[in-house]
Amino acid sequence: MSDNNDKKKTERRDFLFTATAAAGVVGVGAAIWPVVDQMNPDASVKALASTEVDISSVQPGQSLTVLWRGKPVFIKRRTDQEIQKAREVSLGDLKHPEKDEDRVKKPEWLVMLGVCTHLGCVPLTDKGDYDGWFCPCHGSHYDTSGRIRKGPAPTNMEVPKYEFVNNNTIKIG
Amino acid sequence: MSDHEYTPSSKFGKWFNDRLPLLSLVNHLTDYPTPKNLNYWWTFGGILTFCLITQIVTGLVLAMHYIAHVDHAFSSVEHIMRDVNYGWLLRYVHANGASMFFLAVYIHIFRALFYGSYKAPREIIWIIGIIIYLLMMAAAFMGYVLPWGQMSFWGATVITNLFSAIPLVGESITTWLWGGYSVDNPTLTRFFTLHYLLPFLILGLVVLHIWALHVPGNNNPVGIDIKKPSKDTVPFHPYIVIKDAFALLMFLIIFAMFVFYSPNVLGHADNYIEANPLVTPAHIVPEWYLLPFYAILRSVPDKLMGVIAMLSAILILAALPWLDTSKIRSAVFRPLYKQFYWILVADVLILGYVGAMPAEGLYLLIARIGTIYYFAHFLIILPVLGLKEKTLPLPLSITEPVLGGSPNLAAARDKTEKIG
Repeated sequence: MSDNNDKKKTERRDFLFTATAAAGVVGVGAAIWPVVDQMNPDASVKALASTEVDISSVQPGQSLTVLWRGKPVFIKRRTDQEIQKAREVSLGDLKHPEKDEDRVKKPEWLVMLGVCTHLGCVPLTDKGDYDGWFCPCHGSHYDTSGRIRKGPAPTNMEVPKYEFVNNNTIKIG
Repeated sequence: MSDHEYTPSSKFGKWFNDRLPLLSLVNHLTDYPTPKNLNYWWTFGGILTFCLITQIVTGLVLAMHYIAHVDHAFSSVEHIMRDVNYGWLLRYVHANGASMFFLAVYIHIFRALFYGSYKAPREIIWIIGIIIYLLMMAAAFMGYVLPWGQMSFWGATVITNLFSAIPLVGESITTWLWGGYSVDNPTLTRFFTLHYLLPFLILGLVVLHIWALHVPGNNNPVGIDIKKPSKDTVPFHPYIVIKDAFALLMFLIIFAMFVFYSPNVLGHADNYIEANPLVTPAHIVPEWYLLPFYAILRSVPDKLMGVIAMLSAILILAALPWLDTSKIRSAVFRPLYKQFYWILVADVLILGYVGAMPAEGLYLLIARIGTIYYFAHFLIILPVLGLKEKTLPLPLSITEPVLGGSPNLAAARDKTEKIG
């Protein structure tokens, strides 16, 4: 290679080319972003972010399913037996180790998204090998704390943000 | 485009053609030299073009009556079925037309696999074909969501959740696809828009597919290069046009049988129940044409790996021209490949069957073996076979085996020269 090529001087024209290309990329990016972002959740979808549920009629062993953000939320009033079963399990046996104590605010009430973490089906209550939930789509088994025990789902069923407004009302979201 | 100069006979034709060579294009398409030994497996290209046009025309008129809103979608489809003049016919043709489209495309793909049509110099035709196939699957999936039945809703939920397997950004991508926190009205409206758009993209790609085909010309059952035009070719019109038209007629008989006698046999009864986000149907299955890939997805016990395996099963086809190391195109002259070809056909059919069955016990085991064999066919068997296989001698022309060529190669060469 000759020295002439190596020492090719940067000219004004090179600067103009680079500047034009850079401005073009930024401009095109700015023009495309609204077209992409319009697909994200809009203001009316985000506005439906919380819901209050009356739980006074739920007896021990029963559960309630409510719709929150288009997804089912399971509210289960667990029996002492079910709570005990969930707490006896050693963390080593869990695919996604979480203590039952960390998944509930009051041991009696388990509140979680009724959405299988595999591909989003709604699991069936009081079914499966661990007497918790069973997803009919691809065979994931959850225990009485909604933790994944067997099957393709990668994680435990998600616990949403919620609080007890009073003894009879839960506010989800 | 055409190998020879074409001049329209009329004065106006010449004037027009000098300004826009549309008549030259028509002349190229009618005179297009086609191998004279094409069998009926080659008629599916024309059948597929018919299927695409049928889907676009019926889809266009269905869109005049369909309402893309969660509160109205299900009832507007029933309105089409009961109130709209011939609405039942248009919808059944459109719904069964999708199945017929896939039936034809699978025959078309497996014909290419048997006769080595994907090999040089036809790689680009093949890759465009794979892209068309992917867009077809996307269009079919989104179309299935539009009636807003239980299978629509839960099929959409399961398939869009596949994206949540992507590490780090998976959740955001899924939310972006949904336009919310679950499959809902924003999802339905955008699926309708895209379902409307994709067929026109497919149409554009079909033009490129045919354009790329017309550069080297058709492969043929013998799989050898031929001189064009020559004694080995016939003009596309009328020879191939008539043959394609006859095959299309036979195909339409089967099509009509589904539409008029069993319009719902390929569908799922659960889709006549309106979508309910609180109840998942006991057994979710995709439409039949996606079952082999569904079986591959379910055969892997890990979420992300399952999704990767399913996508790879389709994308591996794009690499096929380079995975198959054999220079011989047609399976007719590859005795071992021919056997492996039929094993692959059986493997895909078995995967389709277990894809429709619950993912447990023996079915799961069969799905796993079938998945491993599918990948082994493309990644191990084909590359090795091309190097090891003892292939049969190729004829020098299409005409030679028909006229009973001499075993003496020199004599045979003489003869072809005389004929050519």
